Amino acid sequence: MATSKKSSSNKPARRLEVKKTYKLYINGAFPRSESGRVYEVTNSKNGFVANPSLASRKDLRDAVVAARAAQSGWAKATAYNRGQILYRIAEMLEGRADQFANEIVLASGVTPKKAHDEVLAAIERWVWYAGWSDKLSAAFGATNPVSGPYYNFTIPEPQGVIAVAPAESFLALIDAIAPAIISGNTVIALVPGSAAIAAMTFAEVLATSDLPAGVLNILTGSHDELAPWAASHMDIDGFDISGIDKKKRAELKVAGAENLKRIHSFDGAVSPTRIFAFMEAKTVWHPIGV
Amino acid sequence: MTFEYAPAPESRAIVDIKAKYGHFIDGKFVPGKKHFATINPATEEVLSQISLGGASDVDKAVAAAQKAYTKTWSKLSGKERGKYLYRIARILQERAREFAVLETLDNGKPIRETRDIDIPLVAAHFFYHAGWADKLDYAGLGKSPQPHGVAGQIIPWNFPLLMLAWKVAPALATGNTVVLKPAETTSLTALLFAEVCQQAELPDGVVNIVTGDGSTGAAIVNHPGIHKIAFTGSTEVGKKIARAIAGTNKKATLELGGKGANIVFDDAPLDETVEGIVNGIFFNQGHVCCAGSRLILQEGIADELIEKLKVRMAKIRVGDPLDKNTDLGAINSREQLSKIQELTSAGDAEGAERWSPACNLSAKGFWFAPTIFTGVTQAHRIAREEIFGPVLSILTFRTPQEAIEKANNTPFGLSAGVWSEKGSRILWATQQFRAGVVWANTFNKFDPASPFGGYKESGWGREGGKHGLAAYLKEGK
Repeated sequence: MATSKKSSSNKPARRLEVKKTYKLYINGAFPRSESGRVYEVTNSKNGFVANPSLASRKDLRDAVVAARAAQSGWAKATAYNRGQILYRIAEMLEGRADQFANEIVLASGVTPKKAHDEVLAAIERWVWYAGWSDKLSAAFGATNPVSGPYYNFTIPEPQGVIAVAPAESFLALIDAIAPAIISGNTVIALVPGSAAIAAMTFAEVLATSDLPAGVLNILTGSHDELAPWAASHMDIDGFDISGIDKKKRAELKVAGAENLKRIHSFDGAVSPTRIFAFMEAKTVWHPIGV
Repeated sequence: MTFEYAPAPESRAIVDIKAKYGHFIDGKFVPGKKHFATINPATEEVLSQISLGGASDVDKAVAAAQKAYTKTWSKLSGKERGKYLYRIARILQERAREFAVLETLDNGKPIRETRDIDIPLVAAHFFYHAGWADKLDYAGLGKSPQPHGVAGQIIPWNFPLLMLAWKVAPALATGNTVVLKPAETTSLTALLFAEVCQQAELPDGVVNIVTGDGSTGAAIVNHPGIHKIAFTGSTEVGKKIARAIAGTNKKATLELGGKGANIVFDDAPLDETVEGIVNGIFFNQGHVCCAGSRLILQEGIADELIEKLKVRMAKIRVGDPLDKNTDLGAINSREQLSKIQELTSAGDAEGAERWSPACNLSAKGFWFAPTIFTGVTQAHRIAREEIFGPVLSILTFRTPQEAIEKANNTPFGLSAGVWSEKGSRILWATQQFRAGVVWANTFNKFDPASPFGGYKESGWGREGGKHGLAAYLKEGK
């Protein structure tokens, strides 16, 4: 990968590199955008990098259908199972850390050291969030001492289908998706610009991590184009808009009010708050008696 | 054998209603400019004149709340704040009968409910939250979680004082100050609560009450000095609020509409279940956002249960809300009565079958007999829209999966109920519901320790319990 040449000085290579086509990741498969559109990712040193798919409204709707269909099954998986699958993602990432670091360098132009640190941080995130799966009820649930002969408890449950629009970086993507899926939500990630490169390679990690198809769907392209469609989609329950420009958040919230979507943004902190923000508390009463 | 009931009216001598009320701002009652009448919905008697708050009243109330927040309330320790809340709880207990009678007069709900449910829960809510004030480090929100500042609170008419307690108690316990607007038709108990704040020597400006209508509420929502909105009311207005604050940093909790499903499996104890169904839909005239308004019966027991339900409904006593025998009081307003009439007419027109017991309804006031509709399909408006009245829509099912699909087939997600003697079935149904409050083998139970709030279009956030505190606090370190 790192051997890409400037487009201005093309000479026959000794061995021509076999390049990857960056497509979308929907329902466990790698389709191109139904629109047939791509956009160019370039880097100031090497010029042309790739033509990732420019996802459309229809791709988003397909991803929502996949995410909705996968949601109840993913939520029903045991917490232990969900935790192991997220941990498996960390294992897969660890084995391919160099590849991810190279892609981050290539697409975003950061130093190799910075890129490597970012990948290691992403791996730590997966390990950390993986461990939360079977502690959510302990941390966010309660048994409530009501005045009467009733057993009363509160448990957190996933909200359903969550869209995330992270900032243009690999780590921002991980920060958005890991807390959203660990509780049993399914997710559609809207990955902007150059972050598409590492994101679509990350989809290969997902495809080999026993994560059921549809649990995590990745669309690449433009927030300006996709985020308003996500905000107004009636079958999306929540939306993490941390990567959206502050000036553009209000219009998304207005659109999201139509189904009272839970719309949140976070300042980058790694926190269980990011998990609970996309969960609902359910309280159950039952009489006690003989 | 028929038992005859002699009337047993509660005396209204205990309440002293003024001819006219102002707003409660900065610890004092200040006169309003324009007024509107508040009536007793059981008799249409004018009880008093209430001030119609405008932008300048809201301005003054917010300024008082801001001043109280920075100068006094945020400087107090949690322990001292808690002691004020304990005082309020105690005074509410002392004056409970007065509040119960006043609430019944202004709202139309039976004295049995205001006396035994609303007002005791109000006092309990303040007592519960008083104890949290100096224990917020243990609320699961990190060390030293911080209040937002001034909370704008807009409450409905169905549980006037109880909704005030649900809003004011957690706001004060967490260190916020308050600008509250009671519902247009039910301001009186909120104004009496202002007197309780005075008796408790609550610092001026910590609680401000501006009465009025929807425009007053909008002025609160849109005021730049408000940091947090807490609203209970319709989903339609909730969405308006969500849009109105989209471009601001205001936080919001919204407790909105519902169309609660109440599923009865064929192994349920039918007599107990009938009591639960009646409580689920006829409690508070059905003016309950979490009412069990869609009864979903397993086919094998449907006929038998409906017969038992009709026998029970014939014993519901509809009438004078102040009579201690009364089960079902007055509809809160002419407007609400029209809405119930409109939706039930749609039920007739769409082919559902209506039944009500014979009732002698007074010609004066607003009344609606307890009503059930059978033969309801999921497409009927009476199965989809919130009626907010004593009207039950009955559907049937064959398999448990079908029951759950019907229950969850709604944009709302506030409450759900399930009746069965089989523990595993109860827990299964409990898991499947997409609703924030599930009552299993019971219905319409409330407690300050128990979080309340909805999934989906029933709102944002929870009120009550540890979970309710999060709405009023920024996470600590």
